[in-house]
Amino acid sequence: MSNIATKTGKNEPLIRTIKRAELPKNRVIMLRLAALLLALIAGAIFILCIGNNPFAVYTTMVKGAFRSKLAFQGTVKLMIPLLITSLGLTLAFRMKFWNIGAEGQIIMGAVFASYFAIFHGDMPHWLLITVMMIAGMIGGGLTGLLPAYFKAKYNTNETLFTLMLNYIALNFVVFLREGPWADPTSPGYKKFALFPAEARLDKVFGIHAGWIIAIIVLIVVFIYTKFTKQCYEIDVVGESKATASYAGMNVKRIILRTMFLSGAICGLVGMIEVSGNAGTMTEGITRGVGFTAIIVAWLANLKPMSIFVIAALFSIMEKGSSVVESTFGVSEACADVLQGIILFFVIGCEFFIRYKFAVRKKGGKA
Amino acid sequence: MEKGKEPVYAIECKGITKTFGSVVANDHIDLNVKQGEILALLGENGSGKTTLMNMLSGIYHPDEGSIFVKGEEALINSPTDATSFGIGMIHQHFKLVEVFTAAQNIVLGTKEKLESPKVMKEKIDAICNKFGLEVDSDKKVYDMSVSEKQTVEILKVLYRGARILILDEPTAVLTPQETEKLFAILRKMKEQGNAVIIITHKLNEVLEISDRVTILRKGQSIETVVTAECDVNSLTELMVGRAVSLEIDRPEVEKKEAILKCVDLTIDSSDGTRGIEDVSFEIRTGEILGIAGVAGSGQKELCEGIAGLLKVKQGAILYNKENIVGKTPLEIISLGISMSFVPEDRLGMGLVASMGMTDNMLLKSYKKGKGPFIRRKPAKKLASELIKKLSIVTPGIETPVRLMSGGNVQKVLLGREIESSPNVLITAYPVRGLDINSSYMIYNLLNEQKKKNVAVIYVGEDLDVLLELCDNIMVLCHGKITGIVNAKKATKEELGILMTGGSTKGVTKVE
Repeated sequence: MSNIATKTGKNEPLIRTIKRAELPKNRVIMLRLAALLLALIAGAIFILCIGNNPFAVYTTMVKGAFRSKLAFQGTVKLMIPLLITSLGLTLAFRMKFWNIGAEGQIIMGAVFASYFAIFHGDMPHWLLITVMMIAGMIGGGLTGLLPAYFKAKYNTNETLFTLMLNYIALNFVVFLREGPWADPTSPGYKKFALFPAEARLDKVFGIHAGWIIAIIVLIVVFIYTKFTKQCYEIDVVGESKATASYAGMNVKRIILRTMFLSGAICGLVGMIEVSGNAGTMTEGITRGVGFTAIIVAWLANLKPMSIFVIAALFSIMEKGSSVVESTFGVSEACADVLQGIILFFVIGCEFFIRYKFAVRKKGGKA
Repeated sequence: MEKGKEPVYAIECKGITKTFGSVVANDHIDLNVKQGEILALLGENGSGKTTLMNMLSGIYHPDEGSIFVKGEEALINSPTDATSFGIGMIHQHFKLVEVFTAAQNIVLGTKEKLESPKVMKEKIDAICNKFGLEVDSDKKVYDMSVSEKQTVEILKVLYRGARILILDEPTAVLTPQETEKLFAILRKMKEQGNAVIIITHKLNEVLEISDRVTILRKGQSIETVVTAECDVNSLTELMVGRAVSLEIDRPEVEKKEAILKCVDLTIDSSDGTRGIEDVSFEIRTGEILGIAGVAGSGQKELCEGIAGLLKVKQGAILYNKENIVGKTPLEIISLGISMSFVPEDRLGMGLVASMGMTDNMLLKSYKKGKGPFIRRKPAKKLASELIKKLSIVTPGIETPVRLMSGGNVQKVLLGREIESSPNVLITAYPVRGLDINSSYMIYNLLNEQKKKNVAVIYVGEDLDVLLELCDNIMVLCHGKITGIVNAKKATKEELGILMTGGSTKGVTKVE
């Protein structure tokens, strides 16, 4: 054998990854804090490079989210759709059903709710709001049910299916705006009519009542995931469909039910946004929440209470960034870069929680 | 190769240590094999055999220690490196491309230029003649029997010039006759001066084939002994660390009544191929019915068919004279037919790997009790009872079962099934990969059930165990029953013939 690789031959890779045993909780928290610190340092370097004082920028960011009543209300308004959507996605993700169609589900929820606001605006306020909420949930739920049906029946790929439905929903809204639902009183360009006052969510403490709905959804999802038989089924199906049917579960029905629920919660977001926030239907009603919520749900390890915390942090960051933009005159892109840096470290930290590096020892010996 | 100058050991490991997180899989292991020697590597489950061999074949890196090939220190970083050192590993699960021919599989991945089929065939035939292997190099892998596939795996490493062969539990899937053939090949390799390392659980095979035995226990190399100076008892003692009785009980139960009857059962497997065909048998209470057969002979389909997981194509399953074909799995569970099925991977479908014991106890009973909420308290109590009763070792009741060792996982699974007090208990490979201690505990559990008048179906692979534990043994071959024999009277050889019954035409059918 001529080509024997001995000490002079190829070496063991300098650095390789090793899976860790599960870390104790305080070590995990320490790691996460370290990641956050590193993120702030890396962000600071970036801010220095564009010629600003990092401390000032960071303080403005935090202050920006809380500095006035108005700012705080703005932060909460950003948080409401993010929180509810993340909670909705959690149900699907626990079943390992990769629902990335929250955008579409939100939009369809908004469309269903808007129908009643635009064409039946003369109903009594409370009745109309209730009907809109139910309609929004049904709209989102049905949009979620569609890929679930094909998944259960033909085992189609739900990632592609849900993603494509986003575009269908989006362009469906454009179609409605251009024709059937266009505001007849609007001169010039086509748009949806403003909702009548009856179709608007009431304000509680200066913020639309969506925050109360968000808290209710949070508590319901928390109890649902922790204590119900249905969520136990979801977890088992997520782990292994074979095990689920072995245990006598009706896997198809569970997939359909869960995706309807997941979609319905996202659809509710659509209703809250049109009725509470925008006061009309628009194409950009989601503001990309359907995608951001995916990150929030995973960063929170699909746990409802952690989702609340992460969604809050995201909203503070987003609101704060917009204040930084106007105060320091930096472009929106810079604020996005800063957000990206922070996210990079926070998500990268998950890798170090699960793996560690081993460095090659000298000469392959101990 | 210059003889005489050759170093003593073909391969030598010194102080090999490998840890996975906090688990020390290998703790300063020493091992060596001479050229022209067969070394058996013996050890209970989780003693670190496979980890060690994976380091020799370049899949893992040792954290500490060094490996010497022919006296020179070797750094094996990848399976390719291992090949260049002349180390070839034959894995337990075959790694072959089904739609390729034997020859195509054999040359797959070699660096040289692709030869014409004729040259390739000549090369392969030359190796076959040298070691007494038989293979049809134009046959596609999907047409092959398990033993033929194994031959292709062996040829694969020989073709790459391997002089050190490592076989990971090669006999687990073979009939006794096929095992004999394999051993003949291994002996021939030994004569030609190759070094062979064979991993196995079966002590009689260790005694039959090996020259020396290295025994691992809990990640440490306990001792290396010359096989000729050992017997089954001394090996067991070394392996387990104390003397163990190797007798399996077969209690007699008085009252036996027919409880489950399969009539002309035909079931397709999930990929659409025929699983079992025209199978008829009955099982009585207080009886253990063994099912023997080469892996993939329809055992899985039969079990899943009875449990309602696979559609029954034809025939009937009569449970207390009621046909249960077409019932949902849930209805079948509530009738008291319980299945603890342990498929290829241990966690398989019986347990939820990421959940703790409590939640796994609930798997089949979570629907009990009214309302939408799940009741975890009784499950928790049951889990702690099982831990005591079956001496299950786990860091905590909520520790995910995937972090538990194989034996403990099996105990959790079987324990739960038994606690549901079934009338028919189907177990498939309940001791697969388990060490001696845990295996005997499982046999005792099954016997206890038998004494409680439960009808037990035991799908097994170790014929010795089947013959000692069961009352009757049904042999499956290619989805058909080739015989149902009385376990007290049958011999291993008879079972072996029945197991291959389908492949050679016109065998004698034992009724």
